[in-house]
Amino acid sequence: MKRAAAILVLLAASGVLVFASGTKEGAGAKVGGSVSVLAVWGGGELDIFNSMVKPFSDATGIKVEFEGTRDLDAVLTTRVAAGNPPDIGALPGPGKMAEFARQGKMIDLSGVLDMAAMKKNYAQGWMDLGSVDGKLVGVFAKASLKGLVWYDPKNLAAAGVSVPPKTFNDLMSSSQAIAAKGTTPWSVGVESGAASGWAGTDWLEVIFLRMYGPDKYRQWYEGKLAWTSPEVKAAWQTWGRIVADPKMTYGGTQYELSTNFGSAFTPLFQNPPQAYYFLQATFIQSFIQKQFPDLKPVDDFNFFSFPPIDPKYGKGVEIAGDLVGMFKNTPQAATFIKYITTSDAQDFWVKAADGISPNRAVPIADYPDALSKNAAQILTSADIAVFDASDNMPSKMNAAFWSAILSYLANPDQLDSILAGLDKVRADAYSGS
Amino acid sequence: MSVSTVLWALVAVVGVPLALSAYLFAVEGALKLAGGRARARLRPWLWLAPAAILLVVFLIYPAVNTAVLSFFNATSTQPVGFANYRYIFTDPAMLVVLRNNLVWLVVFTLVTVTVGLLIAVLSDRVRYEGAVKAVVFLPMAISFVAAGVIWKFMYQFQPAGTTQVGTINAILTAISPGFKPQAWLFNKSQNNWALIIVGIWMWVGFAMVILSAGLKGISESVLEAARIDGAREGQVFFRIILPLMRSTLTVVATTLVISVLKIFDVVYVMTNGALDTEVIANRMYKEMFNYQNFGRASAFAVILLVAIIPVMILNIKRFGRSGS
Repeated sequence: MKRAAAILVLLAASGVLVFASGTKEGAGAKVGGSVSVLAVWGGGELDIFNSMVKPFSDATGIKVEFEGTRDLDAVLTTRVAAGNPPDIGALPGPGKMAEFARQGKMIDLSGVLDMAAMKKNYAQGWMDLGSVDGKLVGVFAKASLKGLVWYDPKNLAAAGVSVPPKTFNDLMSSSQAIAAKGTTPWSVGVESGAASGWAGTDWLEVIFLRMYGPDKYRQWYEGKLAWTSPEVKAAWQTWGRIVADPKMTYGGTQYELSTNFGSAFTPLFQNPPQAYYFLQATFIQSFIQKQFPDLKPVDDFNFFSFPPIDPKYGKGVEIAGDLVGMFKNTPQAATFIKYITTSDAQDFWVKAADGISPNRAVPIADYPDALSKNAAQILTSADIAVFDASDNMPSKMNAAFWSAILSYLANPDQLDSILAGLDKVRADAYSGS
Repeated sequence: MSVSTVLWALVAVVGVPLALSAYLFAVEGALKLAGGRARARLRPWLWLAPAAILLVVFLIYPAVNTAVLSFFNATSTQPVGFANYRYIFTDPAMLVVLRNNLVWLVVFTLVTVTVGLLIAVLSDRVRYEGAVKAVVFLPMAISFVAAGVIWKFMYQFQPAGTTQVGTINAILTAISPGFKPQAWLFNKSQNNWALIIVGIWMWVGFAMVILSAGLKGISESVLEAARIDGAREGQVFFRIILPLMRSTLTVVATTLVISVLKIFDVVYVMTNGALDTEVIANRMYKEMFNYQNFGRASAFAVILLVAIIPVMILNIKRFGRSGS
């Protein structure tokens, strides 16, 4: 294990050397100094980040001072406002990124990065997601694919269900068939500490995108479509057919509200299974493997894309990722953010099965198993459809959306007043007053 | 931690006392030059000056500035009159916030004082008093955040019929087999009470220790005399012990009121204000750090300050009286 890690580091180090000597201005020489980085990564993610940083520091002599926080939004906002931002900071989402960029707090990366290499390695869609008013200010450290339904192939086969379902109706009818046999087909959990509710917003985004397509989707997160509009309401009601029906979800709404998103898949892998379907992004794979180390990807757990609802819109691909931006233009920060976008750096996340790289130069072969290979193929081959809608909303709208998810699960029959409440926040949040 | 951070810490720890002593030496040196009467008059002010300046810069100025900002918009660029206050006192979501603080204020204070007093009185005459007090006081040593995490585990929910990992649900289902497990933090009818119980658990030890000290301060001969005169235990408690402990009770109650008005950590860790559990401090934090609405955040801060001032005055008056 240790040796493998050492070899990995060596390989990557040589990669960095190649990269470093390949850039202009003699970046191969030791730059020295340090760069401060603020991000959410902790635990296993931080280990990966550190292993990614090591070859960089060895090659350039730049020390990376990392600071981690789970309340990124509050910490970053305060530090930017106080004129004391980190050199490089992970961004809570495109909504926040746009706020910072329009306040002139972020560095235009087109003058920092090798744009020819960026255009070669990244689909235009990814560059657009990191751009505000035509200026590139954010790049992705890693990404994940959203709207995947996870399942245990053996259990579904035993229940006589074949996957993937072609349409949403197929999915619902197989769910109902399972429910009729006395087992709940779905497991849902939206608890997540201070960010509780976000897992539910993923559900609504997936459903909305498949019901009304990317244009309406954009209007929705831009605040131009009312929460009380028939479209948004219908998306909630469609979701309600699953989450508000105690026959459809394990443990009913009390379980949904109180169970952490990172353990809500547990009922799928119990014997006998207590549930069959679980919706979550690609990153959940490492959670599943950590909790159930004996399960083998593909054989014991697998995923399919959430099926189309309106055939007109097919399967939109929804992604999310860790955007990173630059707040101070120092030579050290420039060198580091350049490194983050390279396939060498992104390979560290990929090999650890923690995220997918949007960089085309990362070889599919580097993904550790068939599951993540599959996800990577979907992600890099798709013309990116949309980014997580809630992350695109202003912080206040996003927070209200999260808590509306909880309110809805607590009282599904109060949908109308919940949506009216969201519209009140919308009037306030988008005005910027 | 970088070298410069350590260096700055050293400067703060060593440099500040050094500078202060240098200042005082200079003051004393200068006073020697002044005449006898001027010296006596000037000395206290010059000695007070550093503390007074710090107080003005770090306490009075920010407080006044906060009050001013509460009449401005989110970015503090335009005056908006009372709009922020109107929002807080009319918006339905904000009224829930105010209501929650009121519930906390009343229930938390009453229950904590009562239970603290009860434990103090009951444990007063038993041999294992020390052990009882230690156990009750223990939570005080835990940080609010840790307590929140611990109680989150205690309140854990699993569907009926499965193994209950949460202490509360496990006990209740074991005692009465028909009991349906509850997601205590997520049912609107229970969650505020579930949070308040955590607060009480943390603070009962504090109330008990102070009240117990007050209780021991009552002369045994007074109680003796009452009993000889034929007072029943109940009468001794309500007619003699309670009145004699009035000032201790007030100190405990006011301290609790001040701490409960500022309650934040428990709510932040356990629900973050979801499902109608938000309190003023929590909302203030969100308006300030998440939404960057300086106007509203300041208005909340002012409301908290105004609510606490009368209690502070009461406390200070009491200090003055006990000092004389």
